[in-house]
Amino acid sequence: MHEFLDNLPVFREAIRQTFYIVAISVVAGGLLGLGLGLVLYATRPGNLMSNRAVFLAVNVLVNVIRPIPFVIFITAIQPLMLHTIGTTIGTNAVTFALSLSAAFAISRIVEQNLLTVDPGVIEAARAAGARPVSILLTVLIPEALGPMILGYTFIFVAIVDMSAQAGLFGGGGLGDFAITYGSQRYNWPVVYITVATIIVIVQAGQFLGNWLARRALRR
Amino acid sequence: MSDRTVHNGDTDHNDHAAPIDGADRADGADRIEGGGHTDGADRADGVDRADGVDRIEGGGHTEGADRTDSAPAPPPVHVRFEHVGKTFPGKGRRDAPQVALDDVNLEIRRGEVFGIIGYSGAGKSTLVRLINGLETPTSGRIHVGPHEFTALTERGMREVRRDIGMVFQQFNLFRSRTVAGNVAYPLKVAGVRQPERDRRVARLLDFVGLLDRAHDHPEQLSGGQRQRVGIARALATEPSLLLADEATSALDPETTGEVLALLRQVNRDLGVTIVIITHELDVIRSVADRVAVLDAGRVVESGTVYDVFARPQTEAAERFIGTTLRDRPSPATLARLRATHSGRFVTVRVRDQEGFQTRLARTFLDRQVAAEIVFGGIRELQERPVGSLTFVLTGPDEAVDAALADLRADGVDITEESEEEA
Repeated sequence: MHEFLDNLPVFREAIRQTFYIVAISVVAGGLLGLGLGLVLYATRPGNLMSNRAVFLAVNVLVNVIRPIPFVIFITAIQPLMLHTIGTTIGTNAVTFALSLSAAFAISRIVEQNLLTVDPGVIEAARAAGARPVSILLTVLIPEALGPMILGYTFIFVAIVDMSAQAGLFGGGGLGDFAITYGSQRYNWPVVYITVATIIVIVQAGQFLGNWLARRALRR
Repeated sequence: MSDRTVHNGDTDHNDHAAPIDGADRADGADRIEGGGHTDGADRADGVDRADGVDRIEGGGHTEGADRTDSAPAPPPVHVRFEHVGKTFPGKGRRDAPQVALDDVNLEIRRGEVFGIIGYSGAGKSTLVRLINGLETPTSGRIHVGPHEFTALTERGMREVRRDIGMVFQQFNLFRSRTVAGNVAYPLKVAGVRQPERDRRVARLLDFVGLLDRAHDHPEQLSGGQRQRVGIARALATEPSLLLADEATSALDPETTGEVLALLRQVNRDLGVTIVIITHELDVIRSVADRVAVLDAGRVVESGTVYDVFARPQTEAAERFIGTTLRDRPSPATLARLRATHSGRFVTVRVRDQEGFQTRLARTFLDRQVAAEIVFGGIRELQERPVGSLTFVLTGPDEAVDAALADLRADGVDITEESEEEA
């Protein structure tokens, strides 16, 4: 146990890195995913701004990128990373890749939740003379907010999961700590304490998500 | 009818009124030319129609003599359909296109409550959605006030929509907003700013009697209350036209009555033209001034509610009356009656004809035919009687034939119930 205490500063740094990666990915990926999801929903043939070409393009893009495992995805987009953030390793590189990957997953969740909104409500907004963009932002998002928060919570957990692979690219974080200071040194207390920490983070996120969703749904 | 024309032109709700629309129509003709291709019209041609009901004419149409509206010139037209057709493309490649509406011609006057009745699938919902451009027609033209809707851009349509409120069968309230938030939504869309918006929302909620529920959410309200919120929301921008798509179909009978009374009040107090879509004759009976019967995408009859339903000319209209007014005995009833009565069964349609029953009694007396009422009923439609009486006539066959001939010559609508039906 004293060995774990020796590594306490590293552990603290790992927690900070995980929070950094997860928080930025949830926010940046969340916003990008929201945008993509809105485009998918709105341009779907027969919907508010139906546009077959845009819908097909985005739909195919999402379908192609989503199944790529994160480890491979982060390698595959290295040229893109070099162009945009100037590096392919480190915490920022991992955060960038994770945000992008999460955005594609979130876009589907957003689209699916928007599709469950009663078309009658959209019709009521159209009948009131509202513009399509305004309907998306002021009617559809609020109407689908509850289930959408739960979807985001689900993605938050997935992002925490994926962030464990950050160590492979020099991104640090709890996953890296558990492997480098734990399993590779047969130091099981380090592994278990790290796992427990991740469980606490996930539980806290899930609790917050459920609470917010309940408020949005007024249940 | 006449008491309602008062609302036109002198209320501030009619900013968009277009008196020019109706000015050239002073002849009072209220007729729709169908071009000679509706089943109902063909039938109507064969019948003596001296009363001049406004109704689809198959071929050459007769001008004037619209009895119910003959005194003042009719108010200006608010909504006009000219040869409107709507075909939905099939879902897949093999799915055939669906014709929802076919050559629909309609005129809805400013300030009236216009009912459109039809069975499900008749095209009612499509028709009402064409009025505010939620659907666009495949052919024909639609005028709303001074605008030709079919010529407008999407942006132009949005402007016109703010002058058209809409109420839905399933209410379609925003779950994410409070009652007040729902009513405020069209005002936000129209760019009405804060203090003014709150004032208007409060006034509207007061009008529909839900001021105390302003901060509740829709799911906390009963069906009738939700529909009243729907009506308040539809009226928020002070439209001159209100579309009600099966507005009472999801409500129980008592609540239906309350909502219909509210719609009536909207029409009378605010002078709003109302187009009400329904499959229930009772809804038409209690609120509509004029009605169009829609059957398989076509308007088969239209006119004042009384004229259409006191003298149905098409099977579609007949069916609606049959199910609601039960004006003729069913085959089973007839069979039971025949078991206890001998003689010939005839059903006479009762309308607001002066001295009708006296003539009936005199004819039977003159021809020495004994007549006994065995079935029937008379009720009120737009404050005028309508119904039917079924008689058993006994006497020599020739005498009965002669009596029936006399009555028919006299303009009585009389049908002999044939034996086979029993």
